[in-house]
Amino acid sequence: MSSEESTRLGGASVPETIPVPMGTRDVLPEEMAELREISGRALKVFTQAGYGEIATPALEYEETMRLAGTDFAENVYRVPDKDGQVLTLRFDSTVPIARLAATRYRAAEPPLRFCYMQHVYRAIEPKRAESRQFLQIGMELLGLPAQAGDAEAVELLVSVLRESGLTDFKIAVGDVNFFAERLATAGITGAEKERVVHEMHTRDLVGYRRELAATSVGKADLESLERLAIARGGRELLEAEGAEQLIKLDSLLAEAGVADNVIYDLGLVRPLSYYTGTVLEVFSPSSGFPLGGGGRYDNLVGRFGRELAAFGFSLNLERLHLAVLAEQEAGA
Amino acid sequence: MAGQRVIAAVPRGTLMGKSLDLLEGIGYDVAEVRENDRKLFFDKQGIITMRPSDVATYVERGVADIGIVGKDVLMEQSDRDLYEVLDLDFGACRMIVAVVEGNEHASEEQLRRRGTLRVATKYPKIAQKHFGQTGRQVELVEVKGSVELAAIAGMADAIVDLTATGITLRENGLVVTEEIVDCTARLIVNPGAYRLKSEEIDRVVAELSALVSSNSGG
Repeated sequence: MSSEESTRLGGASVPETIPVPMGTRDVLPEEMAELREISGRALKVFTQAGYGEIATPALEYEETMRLAGTDFAENVYRVPDKDGQVLTLRFDSTVPIARLAATRYRAAEPPLRFCYMQHVYRAIEPKRAESRQFLQIGMELLGLPAQAGDAEAVELLVSVLRESGLTDFKIAVGDVNFFAERLATAGITGAEKERVVHEMHTRDLVGYRRELAATSVGKADLESLERLAIARGGRELLEAEGAEQLIKLDSLLAEAGVADNVIYDLGLVRPLSYYTGTVLEVFSPSSGFPLGGGGRYDNLVGRFGRELAAFGFSLNLERLHLAVLAEQEAGA
Repeated sequence: MAGQRVIAAVPRGTLMGKSLDLLEGIGYDVAEVRENDRKLFFDKQGIITMRPSDVATYVERGVADIGIVGKDVLMEQSDRDLYEVLDLDFGACRMIVAVVEGNEHASEEQLRRRGTLRVATKYPKIAQKHFGQTGRQVELVEVKGSVELAAIAGMADAIVDLTATGITLRENGLVVTEEIVDCTARLIVNPGAYRLKSEEIDRVVAELSALVSSNSGG
């Protein structure tokens, strides 16, 4: 703010500010206390369920990300180290925890349960109030395959959200394999498949229908794939579409009493390529953006030297906090 | 969850009239929106209006559940987390490359000699992608207003712009040298609303889809 403006706004009482980088911000005592409160309750849910809290370095070798085969490399902060190696700023917690689990816990009896609360960094150009640094809270469950592992994670996610004070939310759950299998069954493979899947990844259903129509699939397959991309619903949808894996998951979730918090979304795909099964995203009417997401990644930990099926999710703590506040305001 | 309101973001400008026609056709009360040029937020009707390039922003942030927006805006803002669910089949226009008439070969010569073209546009992402895919280097000049001027005044060798009829281009002595993509109006949906109001959204999409096919059929 210029000194002329500060004068207009009431003179010396308005201080000159020294800027922070776009997409970052200070947290002041009132908010910090509330963030501590929410994260404390969430971490308690994790630790009571047997998840040990860990932290990983803010700096990791770029080589680690390359080992993980991560395809989202363009938004990673990179710094050259003195010895010529390239360091990256923590982009997510899943890859570092996969590294940590496969190496430090090489011989430990599975399943392994870890939770974390740490900042991640994205090298984006914030034009729409996106953050370049944000606080994630989450879990990784390694060595417990589908659907037992998926169910444990979803159950835990529901508990964490409830404990944080959020009452109205839905977890959208999909299965990346189911979608891929249906494409394969319809005879869509190779470059055709890539084009179709690309449209799903970019959530362009107009493009999806265009690319499907350009393939040689018959009318029945075409209609069923068009329907599948937008199929959202409950148990009856899974049965109608024959989504066997998700039906098994739904039975476990129903037993745990959390099935009502889930909406199945058979067209749900997540942009990260390491997901291999169930994927999820968290939505609340009090937030325009997803509060978090996650999924099953059975091949990632193996890249670091120990084959372990795995499932993880993370929540954006600041968004969760804002959603809780918005609910309280609406209810007050 | 049945019966929740679906808030619609409507672009002001050339797409507005037809957008309101469609929304009226599926039960939105648009009379006041049509009459009132200055008001932006129509709470009672569940409609908010804005300049076209802002529609995706409001829908992405969940202020509106659905929005109507040109494909040109969506392509330029392709990093947004939005569902593009329906081609509404109106507002057709073309994204094109144009040069000053008579200069068609001059720009080729420029590319041969300097190895790069200077291109003015309001759509830097689309332009960069188009020239990149066709193996040409360009220096992009981003402008906000009438792009034609950049070519006429000699600031750029070519422009990338949206045209519906081509009249403005012709009147300014420009000719189209390449077609990049055809654009029509699209229906977009906020990813949260897509799940949290799935029944209402599906109903809106089905009704609009039926309306669009009956319009194009008749």
